[in-house]
Parts: sequence; structure tokens; C-alpha cells
Amino acid sequence: MMPSPDSPLVVEDLDVRIGPVDVVRDLNLAVGRGEFWGLLGPNGVGKTTLLKTFAGVFQPERGGIRLEGKRLDERKRRDIARRLGMLPQHTHYAFDATCLETGLVGRHPHIKPWARESRADQERARDALADLEMLELAGRSCMDLSGGESRRLALATLLVQDPQVMLLDEPTNHLDPANQVTILNVLHRQVTEARKSAVMALHEVNLATCYCSHVLLLYGNGEWDAGPTDELLTADNLSRLYRCRVRLIDDGRQRVFAVAGGFDRPTG
Amino acid sequence: MASAPVTKTLIAWAGLLLLPPAALLLAASWGSGGWAWPFAADEAMRRVIGELRIPRAIAALVTGALLAQAGCLMQVLLRNPLADPYVLGLSGGAAAFALIGMSFGLSFLPVPALAFAGSLLTMVIVFVLARGRGPWSTTRVLLTGVVVAAGWGAVISLILATGSDASLRSMLYWLMGDLSYTSLSAWWLMPLAAGVGLLWLRARSLNVLSGGELQAALLGESARARFWEIYVIASLLTALAVSLAGAIGFVGLIVPHLMRLLVGADHRVLLPASALFGGGFLVLADTAARSLLGPRQLPVGVLTALIGVPLFLLLLYRATRIR
Repeated sequence: MMPSPDSPLVVEDLDVRIGPVDVVRDLNLAVGRGEFWGLLGPNGVGKTTLLKTFAGVFQPERGGIRLEGKRLDERKRRDIARRLGMLPQHTHYAFDATCLETGLVGRHPHIKPWARESRADQERARDALADLEMLELAGRSCMDLSGGESRRLALATLLVQDPQVMLLDEPTNHLDPANQVTILNVLHRQVTEARKSAVMALHEVNLATCYCSHVLLLYGNGEWDAGPTDELLTADNLSRLYRCRVRLIDDGRQRVFAVAGGFDRPTG
Repeated sequence: MASAPVTKTLIAWAGLLLLPPAALLLAASWGSGGWAWPFAADEAMRRVIGELRIPRAIAALVTGALLAQAGCLMQVLLRNPLADPYVLGLSGGAAAFALIGMSFGLSFLPVPALAFAGSLLTMVIVFVLARGRGPWSTTRVLLTGVVVAAGWGAVISLILATGSDASLRSMLYWLMGDLSYTSLSAWWLMPLAAGVGLLWLRARSLNVLSGGELQAALLGESARARFWEIYVIASLLTALAVSLAGAIGFVGLIVPHLMRLLVGADHRVLLPASALFGGGFLVLADTAARSLLGPRQLPVGVLTALIGVPLFLLLLYRATRIR
């Protein structure tokens, strides 16, 4: 795939290592506007580290990231934060604040250090909470939330930050199906309607087939595959990726991948 | 927001703004010599008020405000609501130096200067040892500080155990926090106000930093540099407070907590609220310390704890959750 020059996030000749472990070798990738990338791979393969590298908070061995045309290491953190945001795997709140205040923190890179959030910023925060069905919790403490609410609040903060490039580290981890669909629908709308670019690490392959236009597969040992979801997500690739047999079930309306289990069955 | 919290906020701020002047007025009127309305006092009483009570009350105001600010900063820095200005050993270093000065009778070196030097030395030791090469590590900073503090504790015990009986009493008073030798002119309020103002400009960054290093970096802060900046500022505030009045306990721990319950965790309101309340609270405590058992004077640190502990426990008990 040719990196197009106007892609918001371009990865060039990237080598990422964690100690002795290769995450990726020679990764080249362009994430365009309106593209929703799924980042798949087994546990411990370095998905989080790769996302952190994309965000500029982890140093790669070689190569670099170009964000809206300019290399990350030539940009200031504040400058990066206006264009790129990341939903970390865990958010931990040490002190009490309301959900609305927590969401408003997302405006931080956009407003001058001494300025207060404007009425428009407040509106934006309320809209983000409303998108995630949390408006009635606006005055609630961020420390009193359930797992699903807490995850939705973290995503609301990212929406308030409103970056072109969104990096999402397992946004639906440990959530029930309703919460998963709420979160992914919001993200999908951001990508397709607002033409954002997203890279999302996740474990649920079937959510990737539903929501992601492209996938990046990390096999371990630095090997990777990248491309459109329909081409890359095959039973063979997934079996290699997860080192266990994965089967494709197609009922004509939806394609679903399932772990075939430890025993052999005739395929069909 | 509904109208009820707005009214509550207004009342809270009116109270906070009135507290320091009211406390100063009380400090001027009440002393071991009894009550006297400062605006209708005779010549002798006016001298007592102008030359003794007011400068000491200003010193209490400044010290309390410094400690409360430093407490807020340390709690963000260590992301731990149990942190206080002394947790990283600053008061220990100050105390060790001050006691050495007292026990060897180094009269050419004033105790406040020694205490300030001791705090700064501790700050540098912790800074150098905890800096390391990796990312900012709260645990490493906390462990380094706590161990350095323990070292100073041993030095202090050694000095107390071997010191002369004559100097023991003044040493103990210093360790408990005592304002009786301190007086400041009202001009000191100006640098304090400037300091609070400057910190206020950084207050939104503090909100972001309390989410941790990764979150802060993703929201556009150079987190590591910013954390060390907070460390240095908090240490300087603490060093100044300790050199003014010894190791007054509890103000730096409870005032930020009380203010979080009252005005919320946003540092743009938390910092000024803590400065006002910390200053006013210490003026009241010091006025009581020098008047209650007058002419005998209590160390103010004893009173801050005696007032602070039940007040804090009551609020903690009544709070629906710990903030």
C-alpha cells in the first residue's frame, strides 16, 4: 500500500522492540481519513506499546511517525495532543471530580494555560457525554462509576479532546455487549461521518469484522500484515495469529469467526 | 448545575474570604494580656498589638498558606491523598540542621537560615537520587523521600539524646512547630499573593497531572519535566514555611482535604481556597496557642493537631466517600 501524503498518520520504516522482544520490524503504514484500523494479536505481542509509539510516548528503535505531515519528534506534546489522542487501557482517577469536569479535561491542549473553558467547551463536553448516554451522570463523581460507565467516561474525554487521529487501547475490554456496541457505534460514527482516523487494539475478532475497515495483524517476532479487513481476516490468518484453530461461520448475512476448540471436527 | 450548589459555593467563598481578616482581627484583640479592641486601645496596648501580635499573626498566615499550597502540590505529585509537605523528608532535614545549630550554639547562623539550608539539601538529595533515567516514578520518589526522612529522624534523635538539657526545651518546641520567635511585616503578603497567582496559572495542568504521567502526556503536558517542576516548587514553599515556624504538622495534610470537600478537586479553586483557609486556620490556632494558657505559650503544632484531628475525623466520618 502506498502511503498517501495526506494521510493523517503515516508510519515509516518502524522498528519497535521491548527489551529483547520484537514488536514490529520495518512497519510501513498509512492511516487515512475515514479509516478505522483494528490492531489484532495475541496477549503480550506489544499492541499497547505500538499504540504508545504511535502516540509518541514510547521511543522506537528505528523509523518514525508522521502526524499530519510533520514528524512526531519535531512536534511539542501540546501540538501533538491537539491532533492525536489515545484512550489508554486503564484510566485511574486519584482525586474526586464530576464526570463533566473529567470530560472537560479533554479541552486542555486546546485552551491557553490561563484561560478557562468557554461555554462552547462546556457544550462540547455535554454533547460527548450525551453521545455516550451519560448525560444524566454529568454531576456524578468519576470515582463512583461502574466499569462500563468509567470506560465510556474515558472515551467521552477523548471525544472532547477531538483529535483527528484516535488511538484506542481495548476500548471494549471487560464490557457487556450493550456497552461494547454503544462505544463502537460512537467511534464508527466519528470515523465515517467526521472523517477521523482510528487505530484500535482489540481481542474480539468479530467486532473487528463489523467495525474496522482495515486491520493490522501482529504475529509476534516482528512479523505483521496490514490491509483491508475483508482480505486479511481469513480463518488461516487468524489461526496463525492466535496459534489455535479458528473457523469461519457464514450464514449469508454475517461472517463469524469461532475458535474450533481442541478436538477435530469435519469442517462444513 | 442546579442553583443549590451555586448558592453553597458562594457561601463557601464568602466564608473563605472573610476568614483571614477575621482571624487577624481576633489575633490582634486577644492575647495573654486579655482582650482589647484594637481600634480603641491605649498606647501600651497599641504597641503590643502593632509590634508583637500583628507581625506574629502575619507570620502564621503566611506559614499556613505556604503549607496548605505545598500539601496540595505534594498530593498531586505523589498521586496520593495521604501525602503532606513533609513526607519527602524536608522537615527532617530542616529540623536536623536547626537542632545542630541550637545544640552547638551557633549563634552566628540564625536557626531559620539553617532550617532553610537543611530543607534545600534534602530536596537536592531526593531529587538527585530519585531522578534516575527512566520515566517519572512516583514510587521511587516516595521511597527515596521516606528513607531520607527516616535518616534525618535518626540524626534528630541522636542530637536530642546527646544535647544539653538547657537547649532541650527549645528544640522540642521547634520540632512541634512554634511561631513565638517569628514575626513578619505585612509586606510578606505580597510575595505570597504573587506565588498563589503564579501557581494558579499552572492549576489546570495540575488537574491533568493528577491523572498520571501517561494521561498528562497524551493531553499535551511534558509530564516528566512538569512533575519535577512541581517537586521543586512544593519543596521551596515547604522549606520557607519550615524555616519560619518549624515543623508545624497537619495543616499541609488536612487543609487540602477539607477544601476538596468544600469546593471540589479543581486546582483552580482548590489552591486559592487552601491558601485562604490554611492561613486563617493557622492564625486562629496560633492565637489560641499563645492566649489560652497565657502567659505560658504552647507550641502551635500541638494545637493544629488537637483541633485538626477531631475536625478531620468528623468530616471523614460524615463524608459519603473519601475524596
